[in-house]
Amino acid sequence: MLLIALGIGVLAVVVSAILGPKKASRAKLMAYESGNDPEGGGVGTGQRFPVHFYLVAMLFIVFDIETAFFYPLAVAYQKLIPFAFFEALTFVLLLLVGYYYILRKGVLEWA
Amino acid sequence: MPDWIIQLLITLLKGVGVALGLLTTFAYMTLIERRLLARMQIRLGPNRVGPMGLLQPLADAIKSIFKEDLTVTLADKLVYTLAPIIAIGCALTAFGGLPAGPAGSLFGADPWVYNLDAGLLALLAITSMGVYGIFLGGWASGSKYPILGGLRSSAQMISYELGMGLSVLGLLMLVGSTSFHAITNWQANSGWMIMFQLTAFVLFLISSFAETNRTPFDLPEAEQEIVAGYLTEYSAIKWALFQMAEYVNMITASTVMATLFFGGYRGPAFLEGLIPGIASWPFIWLFAKIAAFLFLFIWVRATLPRLRYDQLMRFGWKLLLPVALANTVLTAAIIAFSTGRVRVLLLVLLGVTGVALLIAFSDRMRVLWTAPTVRREDVNLTPARPAGGD
Repeated sequence: MLLIALGIGVLAVVVSAILGPKKASRAKLMAYESGNDPEGGGVGTGQRFPVHFYLVAMLFIVFDIETAFFYPLAVAYQKLIPFAFFEALTFVLLLLVGYYYILRKGVLEWA
Repeated sequence: MPDWIIQLLITLLKGVGVALGLLTTFAYMTLIERRLLARMQIRLGPNRVGPMGLLQPLADAIKSIFKEDLTVTLADKLVYTLAPIIAIGCALTAFGGLPAGPAGSLFGADPWVYNLDAGLLALLAITSMGVYGIFLGGWASGSKYPILGGLRSSAQMISYELGMGLSVLGLLMLVGSTSFHAITNWQANSGWMIMFQLTAFVLFLISSFAETNRTPFDLPEAEQEIVAGYLTEYSAIKWALFQMAEYVNMITASTVMATLFFGGYRGPAFLEGLIPGIASWPFIWLFAKIAAFLFLFIWVRATLPRLRYDQLMRFGWKLLLPVALANTVLTAAIIAFSTGRVRVLLLVLLGVTGVALLIAFSDRMRVLWTAPTVRREDVNLTPARPAGGD
């Protein structure tokens, strides 16, 4: 399925590259900036971005791993109750401490 | 021919069929969306190309193939070309694992391309790969607006993926399996999941709007704010591939919601009393449910304004995530300490309370409550002091 799906994507791009016109000019190949010459360089030339994106990605890793721990527990839950409930609750409470910390620290505030 | 070659051929055939079917659906989705949006705004929508505009998607497709494909000078050529292929690849692959009917109902073959025991997990994994396509596309474009759009998009998608992943946990606890078949069969026996997990459904719905970059969460491509986000430097077929990926993701999300919360490919059981066997007619029910969800996507697009970025992140992290977690924990408690009718009753109660709390705490409602109500008649139109000084 993945091969077919990727194949369709590649096919579309190739067909378009063959069929489409190719008359590039300097102005056409300029990056969009409301008609001005673009300021600064292109990819990865020292543009700076808010650290928030980095923090969100870090938090995502932490909480996604949390979710990953929950999946096997959820699937086997009916066989493990009531012990599993208290186990999971402890884990959730520990995470909530972390969540409370980042909340008070203002990590989730976007000024 | 040995047996496995025939199996392989059938699978390939089904894969191609699903892919082509999805692409056709995408093409007509664009038409239907334009027509419906027009209806909602008291206009007609495209009705010139072919009868009722039915050839409009074809015209669009041919146009986008024959257009010039530009690559900006500063762009990273390889990644720039690969990004839309990744996006469409992930989108199409995700759909293949969803069952459209019970085993053997597709002229003797199984109505799915691949079937995994960890179906739901695989689906979440594949759809979240789609963020690579968007982010890499934005990064490789070598221009400012695409990078902004790509960053916004990746942050938004990973944030709402948490809510999505957490919201289905209660459902998994009830069913005890991540396979789509087990989930559908469980619902055939016990009733549709939406009765037991209403909060989870609402959370999943909101998350899937954000995951597919649809309004009110379409900040990555907010036209009025950052041009077209990650799509700014894309033209011709590559642009069309990104659009395709978005719409295919929408179809997949609709199918997942139908499968997880609305009984999948089975119809409502109470109709069995009227016409025997109606609930197990293949495909029809699933199509009806998908169509209903797609209509909802379009309806919401015509209704709600876009969120601001800080509102979006605040909603995702401060409301969606805690509510999903609370829903999971409370569902776990209910399953652990109650049985039979009491459990069902408590679950229904939890669902209703959860949704009520979600609405009560959402910003829109708070604004509505705290905003002063001023009627038009009450506004004093004559100024208190005459203009021009005293």
